[in-house]
Amino acid sequence: MPREDVKKLLRTKFMPHIWCPGCGHGIIMHAILRALADLKIPQDQICISSGIGCSSRMPGYIDACTLHTAHGRSLAFATGVKMANPGLTIVNVMGDGDGTAIGGNHFIHACRRNIGITAVVMNNNIYGMTGGQASPTTPEGAFASTAPYGAVDPTFDICKLAEGAGATFVARATVAQPAMCEQILKKAILHQKKGFAVVEIVSFCHTQFGRKNKRSRPMDNFNFLKDNSVMKAKADTMTAEELKGKIIIGEFVNIEDAREYTERYDEVIARAQKA
Amino acid sequence: MAKKFDIDIFSKWCKGCGLCIAICPKKVLELSEQVKSVPVRPDDCIGCHQCDNVCPDMAITVKERD
Repeated sequence: MPREDVKKLLRTKFMPHIWCPGCGHGIIMHAILRALADLKIPQDQICISSGIGCSSRMPGYIDACTLHTAHGRSLAFATGVKMANPGLTIVNVMGDGDGTAIGGNHFIHACRRNIGITAVVMNNNIYGMTGGQASPTTPEGAFASTAPYGAVDPTFDICKLAEGAGATFVARATVAQPAMCEQILKKAILHQKKGFAVVEIVSFCHTQFGRKNKRSRPMDNFNFLKDNSVMKAKADTMTAEELKGKIIIGEFVNIEDAREYTERYDEVIARAQKA
Repeated sequence: MAKKFDIDIFSKWCKGCGLCIAICPKKVLELSEQVKSVPVRPDDCIGCHQCDNVCPDMAITVKERD
């Protein structure tokens, strides 16, 4: 059982959860719950929304206002919630396929709009729930059920995508650093007052991805992430050759003086009422 | 006198993935025959909370001993 303030945020009657033993998504859920508990946000002021996929089962286990929506459309629903009630703290959880393939458009436009939502993208390099098909983040050459001879397509860099689309807080961590995940998530949740925050957490799927890529035990994946992650400050001093195959972690963008969408929208309403 | 800690593992939620066992710097935990993690050397625990943070099933609580 987790500590008391974290346990309060759990729907304990649905535990143990559906994810495979050792799944990285559980580590992310724990980090999100610890961040929310530490920030002391009342339960009825938290809204967790999700789409479809393994990662999107998460709201079912969190005792707050939760929303399980259509595939890839979680950000559209979250935008509606935020517009209706700007006071809510909205954490939108999605997987790599949900966020960058099926919901790719919703993702870039939420970034562009700079609406106060924290989007947590759990990147496990594969479509885990549907049978291990190659996703936009499957590394080149990695095997998947739809890529039996290795994936051909180059991958999406979710952080660069978010940065390019205009998100005002972008950070990355891996599940091998649970304490860092918690810190970054706390910052990202607090950033909601200033705009859209994207946190990519690199997770793993040992059942579908690891099985085909010689990392079939949870610990193999955990050690892989630990050995291959490089802090941003160190990565800045390294050459592109050295960084090949590494995961750069840390904060990439943090614009403090950004203006949030609902604030700007309220101004439009005020202007329209005067006219 | 060094601080002592108690590790409480809620075996109903534990799925025996072994992440806590591998991550523990003091080798406090071991896998039981029922494929559940059990603290076999709780006196060695230094209270780093790494097992607690890494547990995907949220089954572990580390508390300071009174």
